[in-house]
Amino acid sequence: MAVLDIRDVSKTFGSVHAVQRFNLTVADGELVCLLGPSGSGKSTLLRMIGGFETASGGQITIDGEHVTRIPPEKRPTGMVFQSHALWTHMNVFRNLAFGLKLRRLPRDEIRRRVEAVLDQVGLAGYGQRMTHQLSGGQQQRVALARSLVLEPKILLLDEPFASLDQHLRERLREEVRDLQQRLGITTLFVTHGQDEALALADRIVVMRDGRTEQIDPPDMVYRAPATPFVAGFIGSMNLIDGAVQNGAFHHAGFTLAVPVADGPAILAVRPEALDIVQASAAGAAHVHRVTDFGAHAIVDIELGDGVRLKSQVPDARLWKAGMAIDLQPRAFAVYRDDVAIHRADRA
Amino acid sequence: MDRPRTDWTGIAFATALTLLIVFPLLVVATWAFTNVWRYPSVIPQEFGLRYWHAVLGRADVWTSITTSLTLATVVTLISAAICLPAAYAFARLEFPGRNILFFSFLAGHAFPKFGLLVAIAGIFLNLGLIGTFWGVVLIQLVGTLLFMIWIPVAAFQSVDRRMEESARDVGASPLRVFWSITLPQAGPTIAAALLLSFVGTFYETEGAWLIGAPQVRTLPVLMISFINNQPVIQFGAVLSVLLWVPSFIALLFARRVIGSGSFARGFGG
Ligand SMILES: Nc1ncnc2c1ncn2[C@@H]1O[C@H](COP(=O)(O)OP(=O)(O)O)[C@@H](O)[C@H]1O
Ligand SMILES: [Mg+2]
Repeated sequence: MAVLDIRDVSKTFGSVHAVQRFNLTVADGELVCLLGPSGSGKSTLLRMIGGFETASGGQITIDGEHVTRIPPEKRPTGMVFQSHALWTHMNVFRNLAFGLKLRRLPRDEIRRRVEAVLDQVGLAGYGQRMTHQLSGGQQQRVALARSLVLEPKILLLDEPFASLDQHLRERLREEVRDLQQRLGITTLFVTHGQDEALALADRIVVMRDGRTEQIDPPDMVYRAPATPFVAGFIGSMNLIDGAVQNGAFHHAGFTLAVPVADGPAILAVRPEALDIVQASAAGAAHVHRVTDFGAHAIVDIELGDGVRLKSQVPDARLWKAGMAIDLQPRAFAVYRDDVAIHRADRA
Repeated sequence: MDRPRTDWTGIAFATALTLLIVFPLLVVATWAFTNVWRYPSVIPQEFGLRYWHAVLGRADVWTSITTSLTLATVVTLISAAICLPAAYAFARLEFPGRNILFFSFLAGHAFPKFGLLVAIAGIFLNLGLIGTFWGVVLIQLVGTLLFMIWIPVAAFQSVDRRMEESARDVGASPLRVFWSITLPQAGPTIAAALLLSFVGTFYETEGAWLIGAPQVRTLPVLMISFINNQPVIQFGAVLSVLLWVPSFIALLFARRVIGSGSFARGFGG
């Protein structure tokens, strides 16, 4: 059982507020992804949990025990860095055995545990290799094994696969997920890739400028983004700046009935929820370009004032550049002052 | 494939260097193994080990060899004990006065050395250190500070911080991290600094002579007094050939360190 609790944690570097009053509880065995653009404070938060940065304020507890002021070597956390940070003067076995030796375990127990964990990450028999004799993916597996072999209560991963190619990244992502579920280890995973977060997480924390924008399961973050920032950051999204007047959203000739009070508003529609029809008269927009992906097509749309939108359509052949069209959003959200004030889903 | 063009500049350069370095060495070596060599003959009339027997038969030569080896070893060890932690502090820790202190280590070498030595000799005279082994150790320590701080600082700075943090993460104390991760990672470069310190101390004459003479005489100091007092060239020649030994050992060692590939890895390669 390992529960990680983060209460009002802040970190300032001089005048930079890297993390601001952050709150999160990670349940036992849960995998939470910290997702946000570069500079949003993800690494700083993770490093505070691992003990590599001291929090400027707030408290971190693991299983109810305060760790906020404890040095990293005394914390029950295991950290995997983006640059694998393996010790290049040691072979794989010695990299994994180092932490166990510090715990003064007997020799054959060390050997047994190292071999078991190497087997788990698919590197059985690689113990005598030097780290530079491994591929990037293998190095990252060793780094993961080096943390796992100590059976930490909390596993922390800071963009562990960011330097690997797409294909390898996807494979390792699945391996980590399998391993994490098999071991039931409480995990925080930092990434700036939404795919990674959506594929891995039990819950996603979307961060921006050191603050939380939304904490929800992946499907909720995708279907009901709490703020326009989340809406724009996760998946592909059309965000249209406009105003509501007399129950209708307006932007450059495009109107949509919405039951909200008058005022400025942002309309958010995903390409797959934005239907288009050929306009009988002038139309609100016209087709700018059609890109055929076989199974579906993306139509780039230009509104009267030049703003571009995307619509996902089943058949590319129905649409030609220059064609006048009308827009019919099936599902959308209306945001005002950074919160959703209306959601609609006409399936 | 094209054959690489002959690099004439390189060859000329190498030849010039060889002549400049190897030729004088060859002459000295020849003198050392010469019993009789009178002008105007181009080669010695009689080769032999007569002067080797003469030199190695003298007690003061053996004393100075022991003195020099002990001195170089002691100075290198003490210098390492003082400078490596200091270098680590300079490379890794933030503390007030860091830059001024670092600069002061280097500043000593910005002034003419002999003036500094005379000033130090004055202080040592008051402390009763003149003519003592530890006096010479102290003066040599000052001489090693520059590269025993500078080189290791650079070496420590090039060690990946994430490596050190990973070690903390698996349970190593800061001291253990230094010993098990930082030092081995910076190892080859630091070995080079130790080597420089040893060889530099072994060959240093000005300080050794000023502080040590006449009670404490290192091998180079003895050689100088031989050359000054003995009209026979061979005495000096034999001693200087003896003096090459540590250089050769150092070079062999350096070759092993560099050749093993750990040298490149030490620089993060
Ligand atoms: N050691 C540091 N000193 C000063 N500023 C820092 C330091 N570490 C991070 N920052 C700043 O804190 C903010 C958050 O950084 P970081 O946590 O690395 O973001 P992320 O991991 O999301 O890219 C950034 O503005 C960054 O410049
Ligand atoms: Mg980061």
